[in-house]
Parts: sequence; C-alpha cells; structure tokens
Amino acid sequence: MHEMSLAESVREIVLETAQAQDVAAVRGVVLEIGELAAVETAALLFCLEAVLRGTMAEGATVVIESVPGRGRCLDCDRTVAITRLYDPCPCCGSYRVQASGGAEMRVKSLDVAAFGASG
Amino acid sequence: MCSICGCGSGETRIGRLRGAVIKHLRKSGPTRAWHRVNSPGLEATFRPAREVAAGSDPDAEAPVSPDVEVRAVPERSSRPRPEAKPVGLRAGGSRSGDGGATPADQSHVSVSPGHLHFGAGPAHAHAAGLSQSEMLRIERDILGKNDSLAAANRTLFQRRGVFTLNLVSSPGSGKTTLLVRTLQALAGRLPLAVIEGDQQTEFDAERIRETGVPALQINTGKGCHLDAGMVASAIPRMELAEDSLLLIENVGNLVCPAAFDLGEVHKVVILSVTEGEDKPLKYPDMFAAADLMLLNKTDLLPYLSFDTGKAIDYARRVNPRIAVLPVSATRGDGLDDWLDWIMQARAAFLTSADRR
Ligand SMILES: Nc1nc2c(ncn2[C@@H]2O[C@H](COP(=O)(O)OP(=O)(O)O)[C@@H](O)[C@H]2O)c(=O)[nH]1
Ligand SMILES: [Mg+2]
Ligand SMILES: [Zn+2]
Ligand SMILES: [Zn+2]
Ligand SMILES: [Zn+2]
Repeated sequence: MHEMSLAESVREIVLETAQAQDVAAVRGVVLEIGELAAVETAALLFCLEAVLRGTMAEGATVVIESVPGRGRCLDCDRTVAITRLYDPCPCCGSYRVQASGGAEMRVKSLDVAAFGASG
Repeated sequence: MCSICGCGSGETRIGRLRGAVIKHLRKSGPTRAWHRVNSPGLEATFRPAREVAAGSDPDAEAPVSPDVEVRAVPERSSRPRPEAKPVGLRAGGSRSGDGGATPADQSHVSVSPGHLHFGAGPAHAHAAGLSQSEMLRIERDILGKNDSLAAANRTLFQRRGVFTLNLVSSPGSGKTTLLVRTLQALAGRLPLAVIEGDQQTEFDAERIRETGVPALQINTGKGCHLDAGMVASAIPRMELAEDSLLLIENVGNLVCPAAFDLGEVHKVVILSVTEGEDKPLKYPDMFAAADLMLLNKTDLLPYLSFDTGKAIDYARRVNPRIAVLPVSATRGDGLDDWLDWIMQARAAFLTSADRR
C-alpha cells in the first residue's frame, strides 16, 4: 500500500538513529514486514531507493524479512498459519479467524560504519 | 533453493535495489544468516540477533562471532521488543569466501557491486576481523511515530470526552452524504464537529457548512490518507466542545487509511452496494481495521444484482467481529439504527474514558 509514506518513515528512523548514534554511514537496513501487513515489497524497495538517495544511507543494502501471518480460530480455538486475512482455518475450515500476528512493520536493525574505522 | 547463488536457502528473489542489491524474501522460517558478496570493502557480516524459528531454542545457538558488535538502541515505541541477543553463525558453509562469485552469482549480480542474501541454508563463513561494521538493533515500528501521535490524540479525546469516528471508504461511497445527514439528525442533541479530509468539491464543503457544525478542512494535497499528525494539528484550531461527537471524513481510499490510526474510537467503513460484494476481499485490511461496516445506497438494491448476504459474509471472513448496518444515506433508510449505534458506542466510550 502507501509504500512511499512507509519509505519516508523508514528514512526518518534510519537517519534519526544514525545521528543519535553518531555513525559515519549506514550500509544496511533490515526491515521486518509481516505477511499480513499488505506491503508491496518491490514498491517499498523502489521508494526506499529514492528517499535514501543523498543521505548517509544512500545505496544501503535493504533486507526485508517476512514474518508469517497467524490467526486465532474462533471456532476451534487454535492458533493457525494464514497468509491472507480472509483465509479459512486450516484445521476446521471456519472463516472466523481473527488475525493475531504478521502485521509487523518494523525497522529491525541497521548495519553502520563507525567513525574512525579503517574501512 | 536460493535462486541467486544456489546456496540451498529457501528464498525467493523478489527485487533489486539501485541495481546494486538483490534481495530475497524468505517465505517462511527464520533468517539464519545473511551476507553480502562481491562487495570489496564491505565485508560486514550481519546476523539476526535472535532466532525466531518455532521450536528452536535461541539459547542453543552458537557464540557471537568476533567481527560484529551488536548494540541495542533504546526504542521509542511502547511495544514490547524481543530481547536483543546476538546469535553467531555456524561456520562451515560450502563456499570459501565472498570474493569468488559462482556462475550463479554472476548471472545475477554481474552489474552489481553487492549481493545480499539470507536464508536458512548453511551459513557462509567469513574471515573474522575484517569488518568495521556494526549492527545496531533498533526494533522500531515504521509507523511508530504515527502511532504515538495517535495515542496522544486518543488521550486528549478521552480527557474531553470527545467521541471520534474515522469514516473511510472508496471515493463516492457516500461518506459526505452520510456525514451531512448524521449532523442534521443529531443537531441539538449533542455537540458536533467535523474534520474533513476528503475535500472533493466546494459543493461538499458547502453542504457541510450549511449544517452549521464547526468543520475544519485538512488539505492532504496529493496525500492518500489522513495521519495522526494532521489531526493533532487540527485539534487546537477547533475548540472541541466537551463530550462532543467528532466525525472525521478520511480520504476516499480503502488502502492506506487502514494503517494510519488517528486516535479515533472506531473506524467505520462504508461500502456502497454499487461497488460489488467482493470489496472486503479486495481490500481486507480496511475491513479488518473497521468495527462497523455501513452498507450504503441500499435504495438502489432493486436495480442491482448485489448480494447483500455475500458482502456481509466476505466482510466477516476478514473480520469476524465486524458489525454491519444497511443504510441509504440519501433516502434515510437505516439511519436510526446508525444513530443508535453511535449513541451506544459513545455511551460505552464515555463510561470507560479516562477523564483525568
Ligand atoms: N442512490 C444513492 N446515492 C447515494 C447514497 N449516498 C450517497 N449517494 C450519492 O453518491 C455520490 C457520492 O457521494 P458522496 O457522499 O460524495 O461520497 P464520498 O466520496 O464517499 O464522500 C453522490 O452523488 C451521492 O448523492 C445513497 O444512499 N443512495
Ligand atoms: Mg466526500
Ligand atoms: Zn478452526
Ligand atoms: Zn544465496
Ligand atoms: Zn496513503
């Protein structure tokens, strides 16, 4: 969805952290995106490339880790794997599955180069 | 198998960033290791700081590799965060180093200074001590800033007893019509206010103005959603009365308004019967985020083949708890049920609201 605004939020988090930690450059960004978060990964990468250009994170390697979707079946009371919000329960077939995980959108970690490093 | 270097990782190649990076999306299972290849001077080894595999014991993992320091940075988000714990790579991968690109690598990264990959296969060994890189674990929610602004709005609404609804729909489903109708029906019963984020025409604005209800327009420009910051800056310009009903008309879009909390008590999604009953499956996030679905334009049902039962069934597949009310904003059908829903939800809100 709204990948450009997500990309801008990522940039803000990355640059804010980089400044607070006083790093020389950001070489890598690891994102954690839930399977149910409705994020177009390719679009997000495209937007990130654009918004990181000209910053200390320009050209940073971006990794997106996918977090599996999970839901709680209201009929059989199991926690089950789902890949879409409207998937039926794989155990009992019920559609009354309430999403319970996989909506994450997080900046997990940054790979940074410190000042003074000979690299 | 990894489609880039054939290392056996269960990955799928999904994109390329700046012609320099090919990344892989793990379909399932944990990230065990990732690395760059073909990038002289960038010999960082990264690793996840925590194993997330179901059934695997993170504590059983190997020791920290010496070439990377893992620092935890205090996060601002209030959500719980996993303990930052570095997990070392198991050495003994099938490759001797990053410099020797395999034919498979070359076919993917011949124009690239770096190729990054990760997956569950055998870890690629790295020479220790080469890296000047450091991994910072930060664990910050991408929408964390919006979420904290929304939380501040919510606190303020609670203190003043302002019951706030966020109206969302596709363009043309009837948000403005319903808004105006609701304001007319409730005028005199309780203090009302409007934040209009979907300025379509001056005609829309005029219709709202005519009701006499204080309304503030937020110009989102090319924006496709309202965010909590916009609402936060609207509040001080509105002189919201105590115990009022604040209706927010969001941008006509079923996609991103689902992700942006404004501090409202409920999102109300409007689906008109001219849109097709499968909308909830096409835009599941919005129907999952809403507590009430108004099925609007029911006056047109005799002329359409819209299957109301199916639409409700699809909405409940996405969100088993969603309430549904059929209405016609123009003719007034179902309006009393909608007003009752508002008054009941508002009473529940006022009872539970922390007014300190
Ligand atoms: N027949 C019918 N038309 C409606 C109804 N509600 C809204 N409309 C019409 O649908 C069009 C779009 O409505 P509007 O309120 O501007 O939708 P918005 O874009 O969601 O704010 C207008 O021409 C309305 O008159 C309804 O219940 N029945
Ligand atoms: Mg409108
Ligand atoms: Zn079940
Ligand atoms: Zn690989
Ligand atoms: Zn948007």
